[in-house]
Parts: sequence; structure tokens; C-alpha cells
Amino acid sequence: MNDAQLGRALTEILGERRVLYKPNQLHAYACDGYTARQALPRAVVFPETTEEVAAVVKLLHDNDIPFLPRGAGTGLSGGAIPLNGEVIISLVRMNKLLSVDFENLRAVVQPGLVNLTLTKRITGQGFYYAPDPSSQSVCTIGGNLAENAGGSHCLKYGVTTNHIVATKFVLPDGSVIDLGSPYGDAPGYDLLGLVVGSEGTLGIATEITVRILKKPEGVKTALAMFDRVADASDTVSGIIGAGIIPAAIEMMDQLAMQAVDKSNYHVGYPSDIEAVLLIEVDGLAAGVDEVMDRVVEICRRHHVRTVKVAQSEAERALWWSSRKMAFGATGRISPDYIVQDGVIPRTRLTEVLQRIAEISRESGLRIANVFHAGDGNLHPLICYDSRIPGETEKAIQVGSAVLKVCADVGGTITGEHGVGIEKLEEMRFMFSDDDLAAQLAVRAVFNPKDLCNRGKLIPQPSRCAEVRNARHIIEENWQIFGTFPEHARVLGPDEVGAQG
Amino acid sequence: MAKTEPELLSAGRQTAFLWPDPPEEDKYSVCVHCGFCLEVCPTYQEWKDENHSPRGRVFLIKEAAEGKLPLDESVIDPVFTCLDCRACETVCPSGVQVGALIEEARGQVHHAQPKTGMTGAIERFFLRGVFPHPKRLKALRGLMRFYQKSGLRTAARKTGALRVLPKHLREMEAVIPDIQPKAAIEALPERMPAQGQKKGTAALFTGCVMDVFFSDVNCATARVANRNGLEVLVPRDQICCGALQVHAGDREQARAMARHNIDVFERSGADYVIINAAGCGAALKEYPELFKDDPVYHDKAVAFSKRVRDISELLVEVGYEPPRGKVERTVTYHDACHLCHAQKIRSQPRELLRSIPGLRVIEMPDSERCCGSAGIYNLTHPEMAGALLERKMDDIPAEVDAVVMGNPGCMMQIRAGVHRRQADLDVLHTVELLDLAYQKEEKQR
Ligand SMILES: Cc1cc2nc3c(=O)[nH]c(=O)nc-3n(C[C@H](O)[C@H](O)[C@H](O)COP(=O)(O)OP(=O)(O)OC[C@H]3O[C@@H](n4cnc5c(N)ncnc54)[C@H](O)[C@@H]3O)c2cc1C
Ligand code: SF4
Ligand code: SF4
Repeated sequence: MNDAQLGRALTEILGERRVLYKPNQLHAYACDGYTARQALPRAVVFPETTEEVAAVVKLLHDNDIPFLPRGAGTGLSGGAIPLNGEVIISLVRMNKLLSVDFENLRAVVQPGLVNLTLTKRITGQGFYYAPDPSSQSVCTIGGNLAENAGGSHCLKYGVTTNHIVATKFVLPDGSVIDLGSPYGDAPGYDLLGLVVGSEGTLGIATEITVRILKKPEGVKTALAMFDRVADASDTVSGIIGAGIIPAAIEMMDQLAMQAVDKSNYHVGYPSDIEAVLLIEVDGLAAGVDEVMDRVVEICRRHHVRTVKVAQSEAERALWWSSRKMAFGATGRISPDYIVQDGVIPRTRLTEVLQRIAEISRESGLRIANVFHAGDGNLHPLICYDSRIPGETEKAIQVGSAVLKVCADVGGTITGEHGVGIEKLEEMRFMFSDDDLAAQLAVRAVFNPKDLCNRGKLIPQPSRCAEVRNARHIIEENWQIFGTFPEHARVLGPDEVGAQG
Repeated sequence: MAKTEPELLSAGRQTAFLWPDPPEEDKYSVCVHCGFCLEVCPTYQEWKDENHSPRGRVFLIKEAAEGKLPLDESVIDPVFTCLDCRACETVCPSGVQVGALIEEARGQVHHAQPKTGMTGAIERFFLRGVFPHPKRLKALRGLMRFYQKSGLRTAARKTGALRVLPKHLREMEAVIPDIQPKAAIEALPERMPAQGQKKGTAALFTGCVMDVFFSDVNCATARVANRNGLEVLVPRDQICCGALQVHAGDREQARAMARHNIDVFERSGADYVIINAAGCGAALKEYPELFKDDPVYHDKAVAFSKRVRDISELLVEVGYEPPRGKVERTVTYHDACHLCHAQKIRSQPRELLRSIPGLRVIEMPDSERCCGSAGIYNLTHPEMAGALLERKMDDIPAEVDAVVMGNPGCMMQIRAGVHRRQADLDVLHTVELLDLAYQKEEKQR
């Protein structure tokens, strides 16, 4: 099928206005929140129903044309980047809240519904949707499902997988299946569990049943500033060690504070503190004050410089925006950034942050840290300038080195942002060839032609060995040269495709 | 008009932007592609196509700047479908100046492809032929008043002659306010000494469209400022601010007009330049951007723009006396984009309204979303503008009897919405209500 024929066939299913296929209409879809790699899709389509998604997928499947689903494109690991010239199936027009069952705490949504919009729609009745990635004002629930997104409040409430109970799912051949069960546990294999976090490689969620929660009666939020990172991390352990499970504990370091303070979300952090903690407790109104008193007390015991409890909703909202906008605000201090997403045992925090600082010094790239401290989920923001030749590659390398540290101390290479294309090779820090082969075998059951989001999530064995070798040599040697060798680069899209 | 020949400023560099004053690398490279701006963008909300989102537009501009895209419809459509409402700038954590980038990109298009056809002709007629020339503006005003008063309008409506106009223009015709016999710039004295203790001197910027259609709002502005201790000057030789020209990409024409105004207001010696039209206010405050490469006028523009205040902003800044006259109405407030997003003025107009005894103010949901007026956007992109207007009308709370705002463009647009729905609603400017309250106070004395 040539491009014109494909354009016509897609238009036949969806109509003129819901298909983009002229080459110069496709540039805006060359990447998602991960910009280090880019490639043009072959077309972008905007279906509005499950049937339309299924029809499009069937057409593409029957013609061996690769495709991938895309939500708001806020993914930070490149899951929605069309490296093989995929047809992008954009789900953002499927953004309806289909039904809400307040009594049984369930809502059924289309995948393109924006995370925060769900909460906005049900907040009047006193309910909300718990998973709250920092991108919640734009990312979609379908994208959250695919990435098993986390968020600030996941410390207490759990990540996306704990909040999705069923989904209608279009398989890569165009057939439509139902997974999970709105109420109770579905018998049989836990295919829903498999699909959540599968990063768009097993099919497309087109209707999602989620749990909704009653809003907690009381909420208290504190901002605690520390002279030393070590004191801040000891505080985190201290709070949790005392048997308190806060709704959230977030940390930012000085460089991250500087970035947000330059933005519209200015809090005014002192320039000589090393870390700030944002701690939130919620629950029954009666208990919240008491728990917050204990939290403040623990902060004091760990040499906090100042600790404030929010006096108004406006103040609380500003502190939260400041935290949630921190990634985006990195643009204030650096033209480009890669945000990493490693998890470590909480108790190793101080040590790991030190090692990250060393990596930063050695590479000459600044690294800001913003993270879900309570979960040990780190987000080092590696600042670089893609206009300087070789610097993108160096940043990628630094990211990899950071993940290595996380894996080495017993953590993992992704807490919530997914593997995508970004951390493919780093999967090897955690899994043996056999482990990966088993995962690929599962994918082949759902996605036998490997048309649906090819080349993401699991490294292909043939490629791994060579790349690993090359990487290894580079890793060992780039510090000796003082700079990263210019000829070293990630594989281009065509090379990746060729090896699939 | 012939295609302007590109200057050789791009020698040795791959770019689709060949003319002077292109979108600056410093501005687009700030975008980190986080996507926070998507959901607040009215055009993205309507179409859900990232080509028509802030992130998409900035990316396309960057690609064109780097020579990866030609300056064809792939860049031009998104850049011109942008409302320049700046909602994206309010949320953007990275501080991308989307508005400025869009305006610079339009400047390139303006050079590359002088617009042809009806839209081009209309644009040239108004933007170069009428607005910059006070005399022609006055003539237009006269003509329109003649049309309204002479029975010509009645005739036109009755005979159906208006049917030749497209629907959105017919709607606009229907809601043009009654043109006053005199523009404020003629009706007001050149100098109005302050009442009470003097807090400063303010030169009134009367604007073009504002003074044709809403000269009474200009008069109300002068009275209210005056009442609150400001000496008001009305420089006679001022001209239109150039905002529409900037939005259309005609930056040279805009600069010529800006130079003139900067000089006029410098000569006036006033402490402040007051303005009641959000779009013009934002343009005046952004004059330095227009002259960023001009060694002489850049500094002058900076000094000038420092003195510019929206009327609501100035009243709160220098202190105003809460009116004692009662206005028993229930209203809602619409945030004009260039007031809230471009000038960050949100609380001041609300504070003024709340100070009026008897006035009930009910917030409308999403009050900061563009109504679709956006300069002449409702003429150039009627479909998108119409869709946004419908949403705005849906959001107006049922219990109000008026919608209040601080921009003439929005006033015209929302009037069209009221007309379309046959709703029983007044469309008012913030200072009109304040002025009314002061007048009632006078009568009570
Ligand atoms: C500033 C910023 C802050 C962030 N903070 C967090 C955070 O705190 N926690 C967190 O977890 N993430 C965070 N993220 C990452 C990102 O927002 C999440 O991964 C989010 O879940 C992606 O949703 P999306 O709609 O943008 O999906 P996209 O980026 O469009 O897609 C992501 C992946 O999901 C697949 N996909 C999309 N829709 C479907 C569907 N319906 N069915 C099957 N597959 C689908 C795509 O193929 C792709 O692989 C952040 C991102 C940014 C830019
Ligand atoms: S919010 Fe700002 S930095 Fe983020 S994508 Fe939009 S314009 Fe770019
Ligand atoms: S200025 Fe308004 S219309 Fe234009 S990109 Fe920004 S939000 Fe969208």
C-alpha cells in the first residue's frame, strides 16, 4: 500500500478531517515528552469509538503496516515516538466520561480522557481519581494505563494498576476483548495486570473502568527546608519508621528549586538550603492535625531549618504546583533535559544522591533532583544542550550511569515513566537474556506480527549484544577523553527497524 | 503586491525564515516539550490536533527555523489559527513566549506571501489603509453613524441586502453599538484637572476601534480616573496602537505606528498612560519587543511601556474610593485574554466590581478561556471563533443579567453571541459599571 492509498483507506474509515497523512502535517508528532530521538509517523488518525479503532487496526494489520497508540504525548521514555514510521492512532478525541457509579466507586472512561478532568468532573460530589502524575493536567488515562503511571500520592494510594479494574482492549489484529471485571476479581489469568504497564505493545485500551475514591475529610500539607540533604532523607525514613504513612512526601534539591522559582510558580526558596520536603497527610479530620504535629516534630528532630504548615488552600496549591511543574521549569535553566526515573531503597537515598552528584561533576552536565522521596523514586533531571555536538549522547549516557547506580543498590530502572526506547538497554541491568526472552514470548502471543509499537519496552536480543558491547567500551572510556566521543551515537530509526 | 525579495541575512544558514526579525532561537529553544500547555489551548481543545497546540506550533516554528520545514501551509495554518490568547504562557513552566514567537512567524509569512483574495484585501484596507490614519478612521466612523441613523441600516436589514454577507459578518453588523456623535478624542477636553488630592497625571489612550464603537467607555474611563485623583490628558495626535497589525504579521506598519505613539506620549509628560482595551494595553506594554533590534527606540519603548496601565490596574495601584451609589445587578466577569494572560490582570477588575454596592458577581467557569474574538480572528477564522463563542455562551451562569469584561473585541464578540441566542443579557465594560456607581453617588448627594 503506498501512502496515497493508505491515506484514502484511512479516510474511508474516519472521514477527511480525522486523518493526517501529508508529510508536512506530521512533524508535530515526531516525538513525545522525550525529545532526544525523533521520527516522522506515516499518518496520524483520530478515531472516536472502539469500533473505529478496531477498524483502523484491522486495516493496518492486514497490510502489515506498523502503528502505535498515543495519548497526550507526555511520556518521558519515548513510548509514543514512531521510530518505524508507524501510523499514530491518537486517542485524544476519545475523551468522554462514559458513566459514573458513585455508590460502587467506579467510573468508565474513554482512554483519551485527561486524568485531572475525571477528578474535576466528580469533585462536586466529593470524589476523586487517586493516581496523580505531575502531568495529570494533560496526560490521559489510557496513557496512564499503558505506563502504569505513578504520582505524588502513590505512596499511600498505590499506582495506576491499583485503580484500574477493567478495560476494553483492541488487540493488534483488530479483535476486541474485555479484560478484568468491574467488580470483584476476574477468574482466569490476570491479563489486565499484564496489559497495565505494557506501554502500548500489546494492544490499545479503548474503554477503561477505574476506581474512584471519596475525598479524604482532612488534608494538611507542610513545607520543610533543610540545610543538608542527609537530614531531609533521614526525616523521610524517620516519618515512615514512626509508622506514619503520609499521602505524599516529595523532595527537591537546590537546582530544581532554582528552576521553579524562575517560573510562574514561584515559592521563594532560600538559595542556601540543600533540600526541601513537601509532606502531606490526609484522613479523618480529627486525626490529621495530630499526625501533622508528629511530622513537624520529626522534621525538627532532624535539624530542619524551617517547617511551615499551609495556612490556606492557595498556599497549598502553590507548593504543589511548584513541585509538579518542576520538570517543565527545567527549561528555565537548560535548553534540554532528560528526566531519569530510577527507584532505590529509601534508606540508600543520601548515598545515591552523592553518587549522582559525582556523575554530574565528572560529566560536566548539571543534574537537578526532584522526586517521590517516600517511594524512593528518583527523578534526576540531566541538563544538556542538544545544539552542542555530542551532548545529547552524553546526556543519554549519564542517564544510563545513574540507572546503573539505582540497579546496583537493589532498586530498578523505572518507577513510573516506563522503559519506552529510552531505557531499553538498561533493562539488562535487571534481567537476564532468559528473562527478556520470556517477556518477548508473551508479546508475541498478543502481537505476533510485532506491528503494535515495535521496538519498545523490551530489547531485541540480536541487537543487544552488539550495542551492549559498544556501550560498554564507551562507558569505560569516555571519561578518559574528558568529553564524550563525537562519533558515538544512538542507533538511528532505520537501523532499529532493520534489526526488528 | 509583489513578493518581497529576501534579504541575504540567512546566508550560510538553513532556514525557512529569510526575512529580518525572524522567530528567535532563544525563544523556541526554551520549550522542553512537556505538554503542559496542551489542555489550556482553545484551538487544541477544539480539534485535538497537536499541529494546533502551543507545543506543536513552537515545534513547527523551530523546524522551519532550522530549515527542516518550508514556510508552507504546514507552518502557516497552525501559526494563523493561533488566537494569540496566551493561555499557554500562563501555564508554561518553562516560560516560552508563544505569543511573541507566533507574531514573529507571522511577520515572516507576511513578507513571504502577501495575502491575496478577499481576506487580504480587507486586511490591507483596514490595517494599512484605515486604522493608522486618524482622519480616515474618523470618516469611517461618520459613515457608520450615517448608516445607523439615516435609516440606511433599517433599509438594508429590511430589503435583505445584508444577506450577501456571510453569517458571521451579518451577526457582527447586528451588534455594532450605536455610534456616538463624537469620538472621545474629540469630545473630551484635552486636560481634565484631578478631583480631590492629585495622585498623578494619566494620559488616556483612546484607541481606534474602541473610540469608534465604544467612545462612551473611553469617556467613562476618563471620568473614573479623574474622580480618583488623576489629572487626565487626552493627547490629540495619538493613533491606533498597532496591535492588529502585529497580530497580522505586519510588523513594519506596527513599528511605524508605535514610534509615533511613543513620541506623542513622551511629549505629554504624563506619569501614566491609561488604557481600557486589553489587547491594546498588552501591545503597548510589549512595544519593547517590537523594537528589540532598534538602538534608539528600544530604550524609548521600555520607558514608555513602564508607564502603561490598564485602568483597573491603575485604580488599584494608586488607590480608589469605593463608590457609594448602588447598582443592583447580578453580573459575571469574563477574563479577556490580553488582560489575564498577557497582562496578568485578574484580581483588579474583580476588586473594582466587588466594591460596587448592590452588585452581585458570580464567577463563570473557565472564565479565562478565549471567547474567539482575538482581534480580527472572528473575521478570518469564523468557524473556530464561532465554536469558541458557543462554549463561552454556555458557560455564562443562568442567573446573571450582564457579562462584564475589559476589552472591546470581546464585547463585540459576546454581543454577537447574545444576539445569536436572543438572550436577555447586557455586555458591559468594567469601568462602565464603576462609572455608573459614581454617577448614582453624585445624585444621592
Ligand atoms: C512534566 C511531566 C511530569 C510527569 N510526571 C509523571 C509522574 O509524576 N508520574 C508518572 O507516572 N509519569 C509522569 N510523567 C510521564 C507521563 O505523563 C506519563 O507516562 C503518562 O502516563 C503518559 O500519558 P500520555 O497520555 O501522555 O501518554 P503518551 O505519552 O501519549 O503515551 C505513553 C505510552 O502509552 C501508550 N498508550 C497511550 N494510550 C494508550 C492506550 N489507550 N492504550 C494502549 N497504549 C496506550 C503509548 O503507545 C506510549 O507507549 C510526566 C511527564 C511530564 C512531561
Ligand atoms: S508548556 Fe511550555 S515548555 Fe511545555 S510544551 Fe508547552 S510551550 Fe513547551
Ligand atoms: S496563544 Fe492561545 S491559541 Fe495560541 S497556542 Fe497559545 S493557547 Fe493556543
